[in-house]
Amino acid sequence: MERYSAAFASANSSTWNIGAGWGKPVDMESFDVIVVGAGHAGCEAAAVAARIGARTALVTLDIGDAGTLSCNPAIGGIGKGHLVREVDALGGLMGRVADQARLQARLLNRSKGPAVHGPRAQVDRRRYRRAMADALAGQERLTIIHAAVESLLVSGERVYGVVAQGRRLEARAVVLTTGTFLGGVMHSGDQREPGGRRGAPAANALARALREAGLPIARLKTGTPPRLDGRTIDWAAVEWQAGDADDPQLGSGGTSALPPIPCGITRTTAATHAVIRANLDRSALYGGHISSIGPRYCPSIEDKIVRFGDREGHQIFLEPEGYDDATIYPNGLSTSLPVEVQAEFVATIPGLEQARITQPGYAIEYDHVDPRALTPDLAVTALPGLFLAGQINGTTGYEEAAAQGLMAGWNAANLALQRAPAVLDRATAYIGVMIDDLVTQGVSEPYRMFTSRAEYRLRLRADNADIRLTPIGIAAGLIAADQAARFEAMRAQRARTSTLLHELRASPATLAAAGIEARQDGVVRSAYEWLRFPAVTVDVARGLWPQLAAEPAEIVESLAVDARYASYVDRQADDVAHMRRDEALQIADTLAFGTVAGLSAEMAERLTAARPATLGAAARIPGVTPAALAALLPHIRRAA
Amino acid sequence: MTAGPLETIVALASGRPPVAVAVVRISGPRAFAILTALTARTLPPPRQLHLRRLRDPASGEALDDALVVRFAAPASATGDDSVELHLHGGVAVVEGVIDAVIGLGARLAEAGEFTRRAFDNGKLDLDRVEGLADLIDAGTAAQRSQALALAGGALGQVTEALRSRVLTLLANAEAALDFAEDEADVALNLAQGQGAVCRALAVEIEALLQDAKRGARVRDGLVIALVGLPNVGKSSLANALSRRDASIVTPLAGTTRDLIEVALDLGGVAAVLVDTAGLRESDDPVEQEGVRRARARAASADLVIHIADGPVTTPLGWLVINKIDVGVAVPDGAVGVSALTGAGVPELRARLETWAAGVVRPGEPALVSRSRHREALIAAMAGLTDAGASDDPVLRAEGLRAAATALGRITGRIGVEDVLGEIFGRFCVGK
Repeated sequence: MERYSAAFASANSSTWNIGAGWGKPVDMESFDVIVVGAGHAGCEAAAVAARIGARTALVTLDIGDAGTLSCNPAIGGIGKGHLVREVDALGGLMGRVADQARLQARLLNRSKGPAVHGPRAQVDRRRYRRAMADALAGQERLTIIHAAVESLLVSGERVYGVVAQGRRLEARAVVLTTGTFLGGVMHSGDQREPGGRRGAPAANALARALREAGLPIARLKTGTPPRLDGRTIDWAAVEWQAGDADDPQLGSGGTSALPPIPCGITRTTAATHAVIRANLDRSALYGGHISSIGPRYCPSIEDKIVRFGDREGHQIFLEPEGYDDATIYPNGLSTSLPVEVQAEFVATIPGLEQARITQPGYAIEYDHVDPRALTPDLAVTALPGLFLAGQINGTTGYEEAAAQGLMAGWNAANLALQRAPAVLDRATAYIGVMIDDLVTQGVSEPYRMFTSRAEYRLRLRADNADIRLTPIGIAAGLIAADQAARFEAMRAQRARTSTLLHELRASPATLAAAGIEARQDGVVRSAYEWLRFPAVTVDVARGLWPQLAAEPAEIVESLAVDARYASYVDRQADDVAHMRRDEALQIADTLAFGTVAGLSAEMAERLTAARPATLGAAARIPGVTPAALAALLPHIRRAA
Repeated sequence: MTAGPLETIVALASGRPPVAVAVVRISGPRAFAILTALTARTLPPPRQLHLRRLRDPASGEALDDALVVRFAAPASATGDDSVELHLHGGVAVVEGVIDAVIGLGARLAEAGEFTRRAFDNGKLDLDRVEGLADLIDAGTAAQRSQALALAGGALGQVTEALRSRVLTLLANAEAALDFAEDEADVALNLAQGQGAVCRALAVEIEALLQDAKRGARVRDGLVIALVGLPNVGKSSLANALSRRDASIVTPLAGTTRDLIEVALDLGGVAAVLVDTAGLRESDDPVEQEGVRRARARAASADLVIHIADGPVTTPLGWLVINKIDVGVAVPDGAVGVSALTGAGVPELRARLETWAAGVVRPGEPALVSRSRHREALIAAMAGLTDAGASDDPVLRAEGLRAAATALGRITGRIGVEDVLGEIFGRFCVGK
């Protein structure tokens, strides 16, 4: 504790505590944890740190912008929905805030296997921000500070705070969640202006400070479409897509009582493609103004025409931005073309002939840190006390940001409160898959979650996120009492339903008599075992055993999925055990790979860049050979 | 964190065959069960060498008479239950035994895996691990050069084609899962009909495996046919070469009516010497059948040794002149022997060993990698069969991923980035 005392001695100016009423001065200037930025990563980081018990400051330009959805007005999706459920299962905010702000919700991939079902909600931007601000305001121990952070306070190699517009704010741990604000530059055609988002300034001083601190920094780009005035769209000319009737939830709190509203669907035409082709050289992307790499799975409309121009048309989703907002987000029209070209091509799309652009689309380039510079708890290896989360780590997406924010905030609090770091492994959570990918592989384009990245996908489902993670959250003090109580009640019910499913039995003859195709092997099986057979759906099971009707539907469904995947999950048990054995073998973070006997220069270089924390992580670094791993053996120690 | 059950691993622990004695090491929880199955006898006491006949329980085929020893955990080199099989060091023997062990539930060890187990079990101090990296590096360098050689060959081309087809199937499956519905221009019916494609690919791999097996001269032994007129001494020569009395040798012409197969060890290469009936026309239907078989066998043999006791105008293969002890002349290029006295037999053996080594090239490190390839192909086939049998696209992708991982052991890893690259290259993904 001694080493912190000097840092804490200089507190003298004032801050504002949101819990005590906005704008009211509070005489406190040092914290356990400071979170910089109130985007999706920052909000989760600040909330979780405060929830665990750390005195936390959230430093942002404007708390009214907390949880701003800079891109599309939707939360969740395939892979992303898994992350949101996991964040919720660990007590995070995103899922319940999205539920409160939802315009409509769907369960994507419903026709596919349950492991890849992904809940997604269209959300009301304004309500989302408000619900997020409310959630933060209700959080004890959390102070909001309105300021721009310009630099880090570093003593020796250790970060002990930030400088925000001349004020020194000190803390035992700092979490940076700068999004696209770090050295952000927006492009429309050959127009470029600095900024982190339309109408918000870039964080250039901080970008310089990080470069000066020696962090490995690279640039990425992403883009956003023009926004349209919904009152100028010919809605009769477009298709409709409603939410699902069962209104799936992303979080474990309540959902909005407002009626769901649909989205529109239209398509680009040959005329659209012609306009874009004719103006390609004026695009910031193709005119040579942007050289950094954007996400392949979120291409601009220019990219789509250049690479897939032979398609008859590309789908455009017309997503409402709110109940009391006429703005429409045309998902699929991300562009860096000049404003007048945007107007020209928008007018070629059915339903949008008269549409008015309220805000032009743009591409944005920003700085990010090579995430291989991080340890698996999202701490910067070279600068103890500093944690990074969100787009600064090379990811894209609200959900990816929120999940990292949660982990970074949790670990910042762990550091401040002198607790052990929290790391989720690849067989426990998508969150673990993502962070492991980031810190061992680095990024070559903005990283997005896909279910195909999760090799233990059958275990990691959206429907069992709470079973997997909430006990961990409860043990770590992440879960509020009401959520913990709900979870325990659910788990008790799940155990009862599971017992019932194992007790109810039937012979193949019984199934045949009920008209169900079953292998006539004479083996009497439990309901749980029968649910393994594709012909025995949950509905069929309810027909066979009427007692099941009294059990909660989502619990029966979730157990049925367990039954269905059980043999596959068992088969994977060896792989998981193998992975966990290797994860238990830790490589000291002080090890100089260049000095390890038997390591080639090439291997030492790869290992130095990624700084694997465990032998397992080292094995996942592309190109690292078994010989290199063997050479590391003398330098590892077993986790306690 | 509790570790789950370990897999049982097997590998050749000694130098590459042919060697006098080859040691195959098995380590892991199934090691003793595998030994019991191979010997069809109760386990010997630990730490004592015992002579046992090893058989492949799947085929009942005798594999070798071996000295076996077992070490019970933790008193073994790896710290796990371990078995060592001291075999006659022929290529076919070692490969056959390793295959049988794999068939009993073990898998081939990865480079350095025995050492890794020992380390895990606290059996190695750190200094002793230091030297290991170089050893493994040498191994992987050899594997690399072999993989390169392989890639230039027919198997390389076939597996490369397999890799690209599995990658396509996997990309289709994953695209349908990760970019379904409204997120991309991925056709909704993309995954339809893919089950049949998976099954067809599994069948192709099965055919490849069977072909590989038929072609595996190393496993079955090289076939050498002895042909010649009746009573020139074919059976006597076979006995002299194999040093045992397998054929009935009498002065009567036409004594060998059926094929007699004699196993030979030609410098570590297994061979089968087929002693054929004398090639003469006969009224005896049994002898006629023997002659027909002899001709068929000679036609499919790797080598034909034509034995004569006088001048031959058109030799059917290597010409060996018997009965030099009674003054039969040996023309240029032919080998002269006396099956009766043994004169010239060592020279003939030496020539056969040189020839066998040239055919099988036992000095090249194909042995383990071939088992590895076969194992990988079998695993790939199993994954594809699973994928073809499932209606659930997630389970299909699971089978395909297993197949891709298995093939990756031959052709190089198919990582998620390969799959995503394929998806983004082919589909317009993203809103």
